[in-house]
Amino acid sequence: MLCDVCKCNDATVFLTQIIEGKMQKVNLCDACSREKGVQDPTGFALADLLLGIGAAEEIEKGSSTQRCLVCGFTQADFKKTGRLGCSTCYTTFTEALTALLKAMHKGTSHVGKVPERAHRVGELNDRMRNLSESLQKAVAEENYETAASLRDQIKQLESELAG
Amino acid sequence: MKFSNLMTSAGEWLRGEGPHHQIVISSRVRLARNLCNRAFPGWAKKAERTAILELIRPRVEKLPEMQDSFSESLQDLSALDKQVLVERHLISREHAAKSAGSAVIMNRRQTLSIMINEEDHLRMQSMRSGLQLKQAFKLLDKIDTALEAELEFAYDQKLGYLTACPTNVGTGMRASAMLHLPGLVLSELINQVVQAVSKIGLAVRGLYGEGTEAMGNLFQISNQTTLGEKEDEIIARLTKVIETIIEKEHDARQVLIQKKSNTLWDQIGRAYGVLTYAHAMSSKEALNLLSIIKLGVDLGAFPEDKRLPIDELFIDTQPAHLQKMSQQKLNAEERDHLRAQIIRTRLKVLPKPDISKLVKEAGDGSEPTPTEQ
Repeated sequence: MLCDVCKCNDATVFLTQIIEGKMQKVNLCDACSREKGVQDPTGFALADLLLGIGAAEEIEKGSSTQRCLVCGFTQADFKKTGRLGCSTCYTTFTEALTALLKAMHKGTSHVGKVPERAHRVGELNDRMRNLSESLQKAVAEENYETAASLRDQIKQLESELAG
Repeated sequence: MKFSNLMTSAGEWLRGEGPHHQIVISSRVRLARNLCNRAFPGWAKKAERTAILELIRPRVEKLPEMQDSFSESLQDLSALDKQVLVERHLISREHAAKSAGSAVIMNRRQTLSIMINEEDHLRMQSMRSGLQLKQAFKLLDKIDTALEAELEFAYDQKLGYLTACPTNVGTGMRASAMLHLPGLVLSELINQVVQAVSKIGLAVRGLYGEGTEAMGNLFQISNQTTLGEKEDEIIARLTKVIETIIEKEHDARQVLIQKKSNTLWDQIGRAYGVLTYAHAMSSKEALNLLSIIKLGVDLGAFPEDKRLPIDELFIDTQPAHLQKMSQQKLNAEERDHLRAQIIRTRLKVLPKPDISKLVKEAGDGSEPTPTEQ
């Protein structure tokens, strides 16, 4: 039996993992198992490896010439490594990744910890939206005094967001 | 702190006495974080990796939790030293393969280990004895918050923390516990448990090996997904499942004592005989026999104060630890010989199994009460 990863050496490591009742099997040669960290009891999940391989096929459907503007990563590179090039790759390859992430995870949106920085930006954005709505309303009601004050607040918020 | 100092004591997670420590050897949580708009370590050129390392490392070193820490570049560690760290679960095997541009920082108690430029720019890991996933996460969360004040982590409003591998995106968190389940293995119930657990989005695997082949009856259970569920929900779910497994393990031990006591005492007696008299022993045989002795301690066949020397042997008989102790490179045959020798020496303090003290196991952590034979 040939190794599932390099497809040239004989497989010597046979792995079975059951996740959500689905049995996954993968056969690896000695070199690939070492490279993929299969012998590492702390960091390895068969899914990573399998999804790395499956992911490549999924990704191939997209255009293969697309290149990440920040790091120069391509879909072919993802196919090879099963890892992305930088955080911007998630935006660059969003189309291909969406289906992949959906199959891989419990949900499609993050609901956990939000970093303070992102939290602050989120709050400022919310306040901005409220102010804009109030401003439109004030203008519609020809309440120009309120509108002027709102406009000043928006300006200040814009500078905060930029900083 | 020097590497030699690190070597002299086992990690606190090994010697500690956390809740359910008889069955749950350790709890660990890791968080993956990356810097914004910088190539991930696997894609970054050496110069960029080095620049990233220089940006992150001083900030990690000055964390209050990292006072008196061991901080080393991977290129400055020998292959053997790296292997020792892997055997102690302080760095991953993947990290051990790294060289220039990667580093590891860990505290003296070996309860906190931060890898820089592993698969992600930051891999932070917290270890605890027994079942303490919540506490392990709490510490990491605090450290993560402290670091994010100075470093801009890659974060997306929809996808959460962005990681090199899409399997970690979202929370970037993997929580796991290492369980010792000889009762479930001996009563051939382990595969049932593994299957049941896998159905609810958690992964179980032998720490060394698969299913019933798991060496030392050690199993690792962890969350499989990281997107679409909050950190504390993942941990609560995992903890609940582990508590159920602990209960099943206790039940299995009870049944063994009641229905298959001869087999059980035979196993313990044989393990004791082989470990105290053998002159050559593979790592696999050692782990399997030590597991039975550990079960013997849990059941009262050996004195409770001999638990630590036995637990330490699980780590100290691993190949790199043996070579580090003997300060020379050993081939497999020499290692097997030395392993048997160390076990014989350490187990001199272990009295023969005392069947009269073998008791029906009470709840976890409680003092065993002797019963009439």
